[in-house]
Amino acid sequence: MSKKVPVVEKILGANESLAEENRAKLDEHGVFGINLMASPGAGKTSVIEQTLPKLAERYRIAVIDGDIATSIDADRAAEAGADIAVQVNTGGNCHLDAIMLKKGMEEIDFSKIDLLLVENVGNLVCPANFMLGTHKSVLVASIPEGDDKPYKYPGMYRGVEALVINKIDLLPYIPFKMDYFRKGVEVLNADLVTFPLSCITQEGVDEWINWIIEEVEKNKK
Amino acid sequence: MHELPVTESILDITLRHAKTHNATKVTDIYLVIGDWSSIIDDSVQFHWDILSDGTIAKGANLHFERIPVELFCLDCSQTYTPTDRELICPKCDGVRVKVMKGDEFNIDSIEIET
Repeated sequence: MSKKVPVVEKILGANESLAEENRAKLDEHGVFGINLMASPGAGKTSVIEQTLPKLAERYRIAVIDGDIATSIDADRAAEAGADIAVQVNTGGNCHLDAIMLKKGMEEIDFSKIDLLLVENVGNLVCPANFMLGTHKSVLVASIPEGDDKPYKYPGMYRGVEALVINKIDLLPYIPFKMDYFRKGVEVLNADLVTFPLSCITQEGVDEWINWIIEEVEKNKK
Repeated sequence: MHELPVTESILDITLRHAKTHNATKVTDIYLVIGDWSSIIDDSVQFHWDILSDGTIAKGANLHFERIPVELFCLDCSQTYTPTDRELICPKCDGVRVKVMKGDEFNIDSIEIET
């Protein structure tokens, strides 16, 4: 006998359950987690390098770096002052998922950490689909990528709480219509907080750092 | 290329529900995918044919119901589907919208034999 049975489940529900477990582990230790996503070359690692020294006196920071191969980014994070930097090689996978993050988290003693920065695999498509369990998701966009990225990758722009617009020092040299970019962003994600900045000139970096501090302190209460 | 883990999830959910209903075979799977959920149908089908081999869901037909994006303008109450190059409201150029449809990423139902 043939029959149709209702399922009505989110396809990635299992990942989301695991993400909740990761969140619970962070919350148990009062650790604030941020998931940084971006296309390759947008400057995720540079933003982390800027961030670590400015928060090092205030917080003990762990960095988990997801990459298809190599430990270049974790090494850079360690050099920039991370208390611990863990590299998770995804073995060809184009994103981190909750299981991979869980494995990375197992190498960290969270009783000695206040802030976890996760650097996702450079990719504007896949990471948006996979919740990790961090408290905030941040997208690092950059001027040379072009002003049409929100239109081309709506899923990514919809799934984050903050947007860093990196490399603003290049604005005079690149045809980038900020108004067009921002209108697309606003339709996709009205509540998004944005941080235009340059890792080279340092312009805007303080605002980004202050936001992290505010969020970490809010989470403690 | 996140279709592999997505397909694995579809198979896991399908087999779990099939077991609950004492199915001997799964013939059809109905997926509901919003246009703002990035996934390639053909790629899921390709992975499906490999992953489902050896299970009671082998050879099941995957049906993709694609849901176009539908936005509701909070300024002028216009309902619209954005184009590739413009997301703002075509009537009033507003940017304050509510997303009514387009984020779906679900398995709606399966068809089984018992």
